Amino acid sequence: MLVDFFLKLRDAGVPVSITEYLALLDALDHDVCGFEVEDFYFLVRAALVKDERHFDRFDLVFGAHFKGMESRFDAMAGEVPLEWLRKLAERNFSEEEKALVESLGGWDRLMETLRRRLEEQRKRHQGGSKWIGTAGTSPFGAYGYNPEGVRIGQDGSRHRRAVKVWDRREYRDFDDTRTLGTRNLKVALRRLRRFAREGAAEELDLDGTIRSTARNAGLLDVRMVPERRNAVKVLLFLDAGGSMDDHVRRCEELFSAARGEFRHLEPFYFHNCLYESVWRDNRRRHTQRIPTVDVLRTYGPDHKVIFVGDATMSPYEIVYPGGSVEHWNEEPGAVWMGRALARYAHAIWLNPEPVRRWETTPSIDILRKLMDGRMFPLTVEGIDRGVRALGR
Amino acid sequence: MNDARFNGTDRYVATGDLAVAVNAAVILGRPLLVKGEPGTGKTMLAVEVARALGRPLIEWHVKSTTKAQQGLYEYDAVARLRDSQLGDARVHDVANYIVRGKLWEAFTSDTRPVLLIDEIDKADIEFPNDLLLELDRMEFFVYETKETVRAATRPIVIITSNNEKELPDAFLRRCFFHYIRFPDADTMREIVGVHHPGLKKHLLARALEVFFDLRDVPGLKKKPSTSELLDWIKLLVAEDIPPEALRSDDRKTAIPPLYGALLKNEQDVHLLEQLLFLDRRQG
Repeated sequence: MLVDFFLKLRDAGVPVSITEYLALLDALDHDVCGFEVEDFYFLVRAALVKDERHFDRFDLVFGAHFKGMESRFDAMAGEVPLEWLRKLAERNFSEEEKALVESLGGWDRLMETLRRRLEEQRKRHQGGSKWIGTAGTSPFGAYGYNPEGVRIGQDGSRHRRAVKVWDRREYRDFDDTRTLGTRNLKVALRRLRRFAREGAAEELDLDGTIRSTARNAGLLDVRMVPERRNAVKVLLFLDAGGSMDDHVRRCEELFSAARGEFRHLEPFYFHNCLYESVWRDNRRRHTQRIPTVDVLRTYGPDHKVIFVGDATMSPYEIVYPGGSVEHWNEEPGAVWMGRALARYAHAIWLNPEPVRRWETTPSIDILRKLMDGRMFPLTVEGIDRGVRALGR
Repeated sequence: MNDARFNGTDRYVATGDLAVAVNAAVILGRPLLVKGEPGTGKTMLAVEVARALGRPLIEWHVKSTTKAQQGLYEYDAVARLRDSQLGDARVHDVANYIVRGKLWEAFTSDTRPVLLIDEIDKADIEFPNDLLLELDRMEFFVYETKETVRAATRPIVIITSNNEKELPDAFLRRCFFHYIRFPDADTMREIVGVHHPGLKKHLLARALEVFFDLRDVPGLKKKPSTSELLDWIKLLVAEDIPPEALRSDDRKTAIPPLYGALLKNEQDVHLLEQLLFLDRRQG
């Protein structure tokens, strides 16, 4: 039953591997968890899921797969043979019945009787009011009602756990296919940060010098290394206003998360599509514009470019001169996009619109083709893929 | 490997899922990776596991400049160079200049130790990859002396991460994983009870109320976490602040007393002041 579960997890996009599966079996073999279904759930999660972003998906699969199986866990717990306790029926007794089974004696007496009954009993038994089994009115066994009953093979009240741990879906917010929070965003953006050594040798490699001198039997051997710095340079183009208003808050989150990550991060704003000018301060967009040509000229081709926009507009705004809704543009947006993409080989477009709407919105389709398909949804998972595409 | 089960200690409240994860790691001798918000007791976990199981604790705090090799051993070439200049006889044996790292220490410990690798995400992105084999097989090779250091018993390895970097998949496969969630109000009450036994009930209730309210304030840069709450309550007790002073319906003292223990960022304090100001004008 675990192999099925394992495969279902993989289908649900939780990256589990054979190693982890074997580790889980090993752990079960060593009785790491008791027979509590909750412990089992915790153990499976600790062994198979290595990222809190996947907890929610795991919970869903676990809930679906093990639905109705909790009773088996309960049944496994007691020392009473399994067969007897396999639950077939559950009854809530009427008042008369309760009165009938009331008081076989005190606690000690009950335990003593239980011991004797266990010795007497040879056959599987269900119902009835003397022998051990499930759903009967005997004071022994689980799932029946006897106010004085001894609980066997069922830990905790079954009425208590109305909502199981995995059904609470407490990790829903961590799932990376859901919308972003700043925290998730930072994790994704950190992929971009990588230390690279570039340029000429600039600083004395003290450790290297000492090591090679020592190896050299004391003859000085000077070593140099290039300066170590975060080499990622990013141009960020944010769509502002219009249909992006819904997404502005998320874009700002992206922006604030991005700022700390790079040595060179140059943010620019545009509206709907890239045209001949951009601006740096959204409040002074009409007075302080920078020609896009200048941007392309100023920042070298080693910059990576991230566009953030919903790309939702009339197709005219991209493909025709004068298509812009705000001003008369001499050249169509597509030309400017082409220029930017020719200059910067590493470019992606992050789109906050849900992926399912991409096909049906013509302008998104046009821009996606312009970007050679490098358009990604503005989710952590999307950013992750986007950043990976940037790194290529 | 007959270690007792870990169920928290008198100073540390372990939820059921955490206990299962720790026990799995202890019994199978695999590393346990612990993530969670800062201040939810990730580092304390290793300390308390060591205490509960009566094991020595070896701590390796990782910094951005830490190399995996430093955990194994370092060859102190400088000392050898100096000794060679001075004509010291020690210089002929390279073993004299091998400095043992934390992993070596853990592998050769007499009793099975708890090894804490703290904040593994602070180091270079390749750091976990460099430790794969060492943590998997619990052995490594010393090139200078041509010897293999092998662990007699697999140490209990607890690794913490603040999520600053993604850890490589190959590394994750070898670990058990636990994410310490921010405790709910009940667990929080239990945690405070463990740290401040005998705290007046209504002071605790009020303090928790203020605390969770504060966590709900939107836009805080750093939400206060468990360790901040504990510090704050310690201050409240030390200053003998009456529970009445924490009443949030009292407009004049709406900023909680000694808030410095809870908010670590002047922008957050400022934000809170502004919110309260708006609140007062509306109210």
